[in-house]
Formats: sequence, C-alpha cells, structure tokens
Amino acid sequence: MSENVESEVGVPQALRRNIFTTALDAVYNWSRSSSTWPVMFGLACCAIEMVATAAARYDMSRFGMEVMRASPRQSDLMIVAGTVTKKMLPNIVRIYNQMPEPRYVIAMGACATGGGPFKDGYNVVSGIDKYIPVDVYIPGCPPTPESLMHGFMKLHQKMRSQSITNVNWYNKSYTGEVPVPILGPDVIDPREIPAMSKAVRLAREAKE
Amino acid sequence: MSGTPEAVVKKFPHWIEKMSEAIVGEEDGVWIVKPNALRAVAKYLKEKKGYDFLANVAGVDNLLHPNRKEVDRFEVVYHFYSTERGGDYIAIKARANAENPVLPSLVPIFPTADFQEREIWDLYGIKFTGHPNLRRILLWDGFFGHPMRKDYHEAYYEEEHRPYNSRYPEGHYVSQEDRTPWKNNLVFPNAFDPEHWQAPEIYYEVGQDFKNIEKLKTDRIVVNIGPQHPSTHGVLRMIVGLEGETVTGLELELGYLHRNHEKIGERNTYLMNIPFTDRLDYITSMTNNFGYVLAVEKLMPKVVVPERAEYLRVIMAELTRAMNHLFAIGFLLNDMGAFYTPSLYAIEERELILDLFEMASGSRMMCNYMRFGGVAHDVDENWVKLAIELVHNRLPRALDEMEALLTTNEIMLARTKNVGYLSPKDAIAYGTSGPVLRGSGVPYDIRKAEPYSIYDRFDFDLITEEGGDVYARYMMRIREARESVRILKQALRDLPGGPVMGKPLPYMVKIPANEAYTHIEAPKGELGFYIVSDGTPNPYRYHVRAPSFVNLNSLATMAVGHKIADAIIILGSIDIVLGEVDR
Repeated sequence: MSENVESEVGVPQALRRNIFTTALDAVYNWSRSSSTWPVMFGLACCAIEMVATAAARYDMSRFGMEVMRASPRQSDLMIVAGTVTKKMLPNIVRIYNQMPEPRYVIAMGACATGGGPFKDGYNVVSGIDKYIPVDVYIPGCPPTPESLMHGFMKLHQKMRSQSITNVNWYNKSYTGEVPVPILGPDVIDPREIPAMSKAVRLAREAKE
Repeated sequence: MSGTPEAVVKKFPHWIEKMSEAIVGEEDGVWIVKPNALRAVAKYLKEKKGYDFLANVAGVDNLLHPNRKEVDRFEVVYHFYSTERGGDYIAIKARANAENPVLPSLVPIFPTADFQEREIWDLYGIKFTGHPNLRRILLWDGFFGHPMRKDYHEAYYEEEHRPYNSRYPEGHYVSQEDRTPWKNNLVFPNAFDPEHWQAPEIYYEVGQDFKNIEKLKTDRIVVNIGPQHPSTHGVLRMIVGLEGETVTGLELELGYLHRNHEKIGERNTYLMNIPFTDRLDYITSMTNNFGYVLAVEKLMPKVVVPERAEYLRVIMAELTRAMNHLFAIGFLLNDMGAFYTPSLYAIEERELILDLFEMASGSRMMCNYMRFGGVAHDVDENWVKLAIELVHNRLPRALDEMEALLTTNEIMLARTKNVGYLSPKDAIAYGTSGPVLRGSGVPYDIRKAEPYSIYDRFDFDLITEEGGDVYARYMMRIREARESVRILKQALRDLPGGPVMGKPLPYMVKIPANEAYTHIEAPKGELGFYIVSDGTPNPYRYHVRAPSFVNLNSLATMAVGHKIADAIIILGSIDIVLGEVDR
C-alpha cells in the first residue's frame, strides 16, 4: 500500500504499520478464493481422483479447499465429478439450487464436460452444462489430481477477476435458480415444455 | 431341437427319468429348458445336485442373431456353480416369445435372482411371474421402452456397429448429435405431450411387517438416504423404514450411475471394450481388464499368452487387490465416523501402487493395460525394483499399521462385532461372493476353485472368517491383502523375461459364433463376463456380472434389526462401487 492512499483515508501515523488499505474487491475476492468449500459430492470415477486430490500427497487444503461440506447449503463450489446420468440429473440440479450464491461449478472430466465415452448411452446426459452453468471445464478421463488443481487455479483466477460492483448475486431480481428437470418417459426440461406441447399440438392439427 | 441331448445323459444318467421332459435341447454347451419346468429344474439342481450358487442371470434378445432366427426372441441364461465342490459349472436357458415374454421367477429358490431379474425386466421387458417386487431397477418407473432390446435405438443412434462406416473413409462430420430434433440425447414416444402427462406414483413398502419392538413406544418413519449422501459410496439411494432408530425394512434404489455399459459394449468392437471395463469398478481397473480379456480369449481359438504377460497380469491384479482392500477398510472407518484420518492412511500406499500403474500403462486409474494375448506394455528393471521394494517393505508395514490401530481397537470391536450377521446359508443363497461370502465362512475362491491364468503356480491360502459380521469382513480384507502380498512376492521373484505380447491381433478381431461365461475373483467378488458372439467383430451380447451389484441383494437381510448407523457400516462392509453396481 502506498503512503499516499493511507494518508488520503486518514490513517494516523502511529497506526500506519498495522493498518493496510486496499480495494474492497481485492479483500472480498481474496477471502472467497482462499476458502472455497466444495460440496462433498461425487458421481463416478472422477470422484476417486477428487478424493486423491484431497488426500495426503496432493493435499487440497493448501488452497483452503479441504473443507468438503456434506450439505450444499454450506458450500461455494460444486465439482461435478463423473458421468451425469438422466436419473441423477434432477438431484444434481436440486443440489445446485440449494447452494447459496456466490456459487461455482467445475465440470470435472470428459463425462461432466460433454458426455465422455458414454455419450451415446440412453441414460447419459451429454454434459452438465446443458442444465446448469459451468465455470471451469477440466478435460481428462479421469483428470489427474494435477489437472484438477490446475482447474482450481483457473477458478481462483476467475473469482479474483470479479468485481463486487457488477456481480449478479447482489441484484435483487436475480435468483439463479435452474428449473429441476422432470423424469418422464425421458428427461423433460421444464423450460422446453411449452415448445414441446406446441409441436405436438401443431402435428395433431396438421393431421386433422 | 428336441429330445434329450447327449451331454445331459452323460453328465446325469438319472436325469433321464426325472428331467428329460424339461430339457428340450442344447446350444453351445447350454441346456435349453422349457419355461414351465424352469423352477423344477432349478430346484432339482439346488437340492439334489448341489448347484447352490446361482452366479449369473442374463437376458438375451435373439432378434438379430444370424443363427437364432427360428427360435423364440427372448431368452434368459442361468449359470450355476457349486460352492461345496468348488466350482463345477452348469448353465441352462429358457426362452420366451416376442409377443408375451413371461418366465417364472427363480427368487423363491435363489433369492440372488431378485436384482438380476429386475434388471432383465428393466432392460429387456421380460416379465417374471412370482417375483416379489418387479419394478424397474436401473432406470426410473415411467421410462419409455426397454433399452437393451435390439430394436431400441438411442437418440444418438448412428449405426449398428462402431467404428461407424459413415465416418470413414470419406467421412461426413455431422454427428448424429446435431441431427436429433431436440439437440439432446432424448427419446420421447410419438406425440408425447408433457402438459398432459402424469408421473407414475411409486410406493416403497419398507418395514411394515416388523412387530418385535413393543417395549418402547417409538415413531415409525421412513428415511431416505442418498443419492447424495457422504456415506453411500457414490450415488446409491436407500429407503429405510425405521422404528425409532431400528431398521425395520430397507429398499435400494439403484441406477443413478447407469451408464449403459452393456448397450455401448454391444456396439463396440471387442478391443474397444477394454477401456470401458476400466470404468466398471473404477478402483480396480486392472482386474476388470483381466476378467474381460480372459473371457474373450476363451472364445478365441489359438491365442497364446506369453509367460511374462501372464506374470504381469497376476502382479497387476494382486496389486489391485491389496490396494482395494486397504481402500475399503479406510472408507469403512469413514462410515463409522472416523472421518478422513483413517482413509488418508489407507490411501497412502495406494498412491505408490498407482505410480507403478502409471509407469506401466501410462494412466493412474484407467489403465487399459491388458490385451487379448498379452499386455500392452512391458515394464523395465527399475519398475520391478520399485515393485519389490513396495511389496517387501511398504505394503506389509501398512497392513501391520492398520492392524495395530484397528484389529483390537475397542471402538472398532464395539461397532463391528455381531453387526450385520450373514449366515453361510444366506450368503450362498443371496449369491454374495468375495470377502462377503468368505467372511461368512464359505471357502469359495475362484482362484482356488477354478484356477485361471497361472494362479495354480502360487502358494497362497484360501482365507475364510467364521464371524459373518462386519468385523469378519474387515479381517477378511486384511488377511486377504496379506495373501496378495505373498503372491506378489512369488510372482516378482519368478517373473520371466521374454515378450509380453504374442502375435499381434488385428484391430477388428472376429470371433466364431459361440457363447461363454468367464468369471474371475475380483477384489470385490466374482466378476463375470457373459459374451455371446455371432461371428462379427462386435459382441452380440455382452453382460457383466458385477460382484457389488449381486452382493447388494443381501444388504436388506443384514441391516434389518440393527440401528440406522449400523446400516451404514454394513453397506460399507460390502464394499460397493457404484460404477459396477449400475454399470
């Protein structure tokens, strides 16, 4: 901190060694990015590498991220670690909705990013980003702990680049809720229902 | 196909009077049984002939099979073994027609058929009369269609077989994904209108008939655990009926990680399936490779595996076993409430084993290491040196440390002794295998019963524990990991030189029309592959008999009567991996 700023805000001379002045964004983002708590949530193979990342050799706690919360309500980050199946999809969206803002999502591995090797399966969603917004994608099948940590770095970088003046979670009209998909004959996205019904109605009318 | 086949007469001379009516033919070594006689035959096999272990139940759709055009469309294959005689195998199948596929359920005779028959109903639409709870198991109630049928096509369906001809050699680079109407992996019935659709109601009947607790007046509640829960080892869901804190009923809801392994496997070539098997039980990818290549090699004429490759396969499989058992113990402790620390100790050695795997195969977890007729890469002297150091020093020390901390630990004993008791009779009836079966005192280990690969050359003991409870399963794992170390010491000592791969096979290896069930002793139990080939480069039917999936049959029996916190550690003691349970 430069002397000038401190004298501008009027810090007494005697306290200048104890008080630091900085931008609010910097402190806010520094504290957020140094204590990003992931939700304890694993889907498939990638979750095992996530466990390995948390374990002794790679040690996620170096980034203040070892506090894996079992409840989404206490966490900032969801690591979608594994294949997203249609049957699991409503639950994942619900977990996302339960997380308080600001919340971040990492799509870990090929499956969460785009379906991976199982993409053409009848019960597989080709990428979680079709339903919830993703901040960082990590390639690999499964990504090694090193690449997961690289993903963390990227996420921290993103967090530090945000500004309190324009982030959307202080906007009163913003909820960030994602409508929970419905398990019908196949997964129904509530946002698509009017379009689907309209298509069926038009087809029926054309027949008549 | 009529009359009694020769093989039946030879094997069981006394069958002629009793069962000749029931058996109508033989095909690839499997007897075809009349549907209405199926139960009688199964009962006869169990009670009179000692085939007490129903290992595998698999459905097959004969629609496109070139040699089975004349026969009924659906069939269900049953593979029986005898635990008393240590192996000795018999397979029967029953057929059902396309219009009304119904077969009698074997659940009253073999409770292990429960989940497997539900899976067949789910994926093939074959009904089983007399099944106590015939709901969908892997997909959800209300799903449209039965996806393993040969005429069911996924939304991204492009062609019958991969690699797609349409992409090669000219190659059109518009994938099916961009041509589906919703740009998504979705299939809806014709003229499906979501605004007028109602979800089917699902009712879980858990614990309504438990009347033993009278003294204390408690509330009856149903608690849902999972699929997002730290103690379910993945995305398992349990619906638990409670009387106070005591479990009165437990029902499992699976399929949250159903990745269509079998459907994708049928469209892949045989070789392309090897990396997919890695992702079955993703902690023990090496043994999955091992089981699959053995199954395909059994169907291939004249494949010779070099000595060095056989040794490497066994070394990799046993390293996997030791690692898996340590992992399982660590996470069992996690379930008991000793969060993090024990599991950190347990996966310390795992990292070193994964280093060896990475050096040998190039990947930590998904090794994709074994090939038909050998292994993919050789290991160098440095690798062997590191492996010997690990096996002689680190692993025994880690196991000693675990034992010193846990085996006589008071809390451990209080939590695990007499919890989750499974009698030997039940263990066999529920089709459990691996440490669960041997933890109930049944000496059945496929490495001993039907030594595959080169297991007959090593000196190791068949471990059993008499307790049948969670503690016995813990001890089972520790002692079995020690036996693995013993095998590893011998294998590393005797590791011969030479090539690791025989004559290289073509990419699209063709296998003559046949069928076979091959099983190995994976760390979690009996891992079986049932493969039907039709002479093309792709398997016609590819079924995985997953040990965790079948072992889960016994969970409800073990958990009822215990406290809910014990139900969690009983689940932990089975040691499941959801990739394998749901496939």
